[in-house]
Amino acid sequence: MQLPALPESAIDIGAFAADWRTAVALSGEALVRSGAAKPGYAAEMIRMIEDHGPYVVIAPGLALAHARPGPQVIANGLSIVTLSEPVRFGHAHNDPVRVVLGLAIAEGGAHLAAVAAVANIFNDSSAIDRLAEATTAAEVQEIMGVTPS
Amino acid sequence: MKIVTICGAGIGSSGVLKVNAERALRALDLEASVVAADVSTVRVVAADAQIILTTQEFVEDIGKTNADVIVIVNLFDTSELKQKLEDALG
Repeated sequence: MQLPALPESAIDIGAFAADWRTAVALSGEALVRSGAAKPGYAAEMIRMIEDHGPYVVIAPGLALAHARPGPQVIANGLSIVTLSEPVRFGHAHNDPVRVVLGLAIAEGGAHLAAVAAVANIFNDSSAIDRLAEATTAAEVQEIMGVTPS
Repeated sequence: MKIVTICGAGIGSSGVLKVNAERALRALDLEASVVAADVSTVRVVAADAQIILTTQEFVEDIGKTNADVIVIVNLFDTSELKQKLEDALG
């Protein structure tokens, strides 16, 4: 199972975000830096949460920010933003968020292998804590099982 | 048996739910086809489903259905999934 690309440029360690919109915007910027998405993708990710609520906080401390495949996506890609201060998304159980995983998927259908690879990593319940406490991009890549770029 | 997982875009959370539900079903030695979908298609996709797995935010949008709607809190917690699937199917 293939994890979407997670180059060093898509990793932002200890970033400060005053609110959830900023946190999601940072994960979008990281996807832009790595070439996975266009700048408009962040607004689409934010709109998903505005439309449907904070369901993207899928586990304690972890938000999976993403929108649908579309013209704002260039290639499959992952980004990771760790937050210096935890941010509340308004989730009843899983707040506050310390790690934002940004996901860009270029086409529907082919995404499940990528999502399965992500699930494999996070079924180890210590992964979120280890990511939140990582101090280098290389450490994040190691936790995610990615060969450092 | 058919299980449908529902989220906003039909790729992220519902994909994670699908993968982990399949894992939980294997552990419970149960067979089912698990389909991930976005909430706008729930009426069509879940018309013949026995179970809908989702998160709290989508319960209202899913509305009236013949399927059992199961709400999952931690999508990576396979023991939560296993327990709730077992309760629904047992």
